Amino acid sequence: MTSSTPPMVAAPMPEPEATVPLSRTESIKAVRRTFTNPIATAVVVAISVLWTVPTFGLLVNSFRSKESAATTGWWEAFVHPSFGLTTYREVLFDNGGTILPLVNSLAITIPGTIIPIFIASMAAYSLAWVRFKGSDLIFFGLFALQVVPLQMALVPLQRFFVSGAHLGSFTVIPALGLNGTLAEIWISHTMFSMPLAVFLLHNFIAQLPSSLIEAARVDGASHLRIFRSIVLPLSMPAVASFAIFQFLWVWNDLLVAKTFGGTDPSGQPITARLQNLVGNFGAHQELLAPGGFISIVIPLIVFLSLQRFFVRGLLAGSVKG
Amino acid sequence: MAVDQPLILAGTLSEAAGKLLSVVEAVGGFLAILLVVFFIAGRVTGRFEKPLTVVICLGPALVLVIIGLVVPAVTTFVTSLKNQQFLGQRDTKYIGFRNYTFDLTDPSTQGVLIRTLLWLIIVPAAAVFIGLLVALLLDRMKYSSIPKTLIFLPTAISFVGASVIWSYVYNYIDPVQPQTGLLSQIVIALGWRNPPNWLITSPLNTYLEMVIMIWIQAGFAMVVLGAALRAIPDEILEAARMDGASGIRLFRTIQIPMIRNTLVVVVTTVMIITLKVFDIVATLNNGNFNTDVLARLMYGDMFVTSQVSRGSSLAVLLFLFVLPLVIYNVVQLRKERATR
Repeated sequence: MTSSTPPMVAAPMPEPEATVPLSRTESIKAVRRTFTNPIATAVVVAISVLWTVPTFGLLVNSFRSKESAATTGWWEAFVHPSFGLTTYREVLFDNGGTILPLVNSLAITIPGTIIPIFIASMAAYSLAWVRFKGSDLIFFGLFALQVVPLQMALVPLQRFFVSGAHLGSFTVIPALGLNGTLAEIWISHTMFSMPLAVFLLHNFIAQLPSSLIEAARVDGASHLRIFRSIVLPLSMPAVASFAIFQFLWVWNDLLVAKTFGGTDPSGQPITARLQNLVGNFGAHQELLAPGGFISIVIPLIVFLSLQRFFVRGLLAGSVKG
Repeated sequence: MAVDQPLILAGTLSEAAGKLLSVVEAVGGFLAILLVVFFIAGRVTGRFEKPLTVVICLGPALVLVIIGLVVPAVTTFVTSLKNQQFLGQRDTKYIGFRNYTFDLTDPSTQGVLIRTLLWLIIVPAAAVFIGLLVALLLDRMKYSSIPKTLIFLPTAISFVGASVIWSYVYNYIDPVQPQTGLLSQIVIALGWRNPPNWLITSPLNTYLEMVIMIWIQAGFAMVVLGAALRAIPDEILEAARMDGASGIRLFRTIQIPMIRNTLVVVVTTVMIITLKVFDIVATLNNGNFNTDVLARLMYGDMFVTSQVSRGSSLAVLLFLFVLPLVIYNVVQLRKERATR
């Protein structure tokens, strides 16, 4: 997964310039040749190495003992090898450990990803295919809300969860009694994800062939049925790409979890636990590397296994031609 | 300690199982409600079908957005006009735009605003430039998936995790001792006897923190732009090549214009993410040593130093910073939507 030496790409000999029209396959080959030259390869290899080295250093350090990691750089590990798993054992099991934080992160992330997918794809469908007066305005409004910074919403949202919504003395929504529960975090993440989710899914759903949906309408299918049995299955690429986005976002979030997760350390996700380790000014310096690595393993697995969907869904509607 | 470990572990496991069970319940319950609503609403036909569909489909999203984003945004604006200091304070009064005057005239806040602006310009520009460069170089190259994966990996890493990773690069130790920070080691090897303490030397530390953000975002830019480049038909590139365009000219006249929309979306996204950068600055040195940015200062004002109204005015400024970009995006979107 993490290697410091990306394989060299063999650079073919430059071919003489093509001056006669080529067949399709030949023209593709010719294009490939133009784009594969030694300089390009060198630049790509250099950037890949630069991008990988910091993570690689963390990985190496995570297996080294407390003393050697504190006194020498990780590159020394190859000169004087001393690897072990003691730091991993310590970070996983001692002082509260990181197993519970990992489970907490999963418990926050899974509903925090699934719930927005459904709510946003329903909204995207109605904005794209059940047009009404003002639907354009709602769509643009939703898009613009992307800029509202999360920090802005924390205090009012906290107040809402504790005491409900009021207009003067009239109670619009009573307190839901969710204060301090996981549901609070799920709902917050769902709220914050809505603008981007509706935008991405709308781009994809709006490009589904209209003949398909019109045919289903003629056959007497209701909008909800069309959504459930045609639109949702066909939108899987977009759903998958948004799911990756949202999973990474929620998993990596620190602010929302810190604000709504309460002060109880048993409810902390892995990011908060990691930040505590960082904040302890050297007290657990040796646990940072394994802790850091543990925190990125699950998102990396999710990402690597779903990455081929990532681009297909993300891209709809933003490429010309 | 060693004897207790299985016991502790068993307790942890049962608590973990309980948590995961509540997750299954929540997701299951949510889907069940959805199914019931769909089943009942699916029976309604005729005149009421369309409005009902709109309410069911759009309603939840709108309610969530109004509670979670619109109302807080309005409240924040109102608060920014008051003199509220700590959360829950009752006897506050309106003081007009005095908080804004303070933000724009106080030297240290001014510094934060300018620094945030630098983040907003440098990070998206550098990340998109590197992402685009790699995407162009990798386009139609063999074995491109390996460098692509390596460069994209940081995108999956949390800002806190990234800060930990980079703290091993920026670590400072007295030059006479063996080094643990990669950057110090490299510059010493290159002959710089006395490198600075990277993270507390201003303004260098701000740029070094930007590098982390660029490191995270470049992969995202690369993947999205790479897909856009791949969507350009081979025939067009070959035709342009036959007409004599190659290298930089080909990029400038054919490839870049064809992916312009994607480019705008990527720049916007990276900019919005950069604007909200909080974790990196907060984790590495908590905004000290002249590294503070708007999002961090705002959080500090609201939750740490009891300057709620001032923090709110910073939030509004933050919003104003990206507003032009969003308006531009909306205009573009309208054009697209109109042609459909």
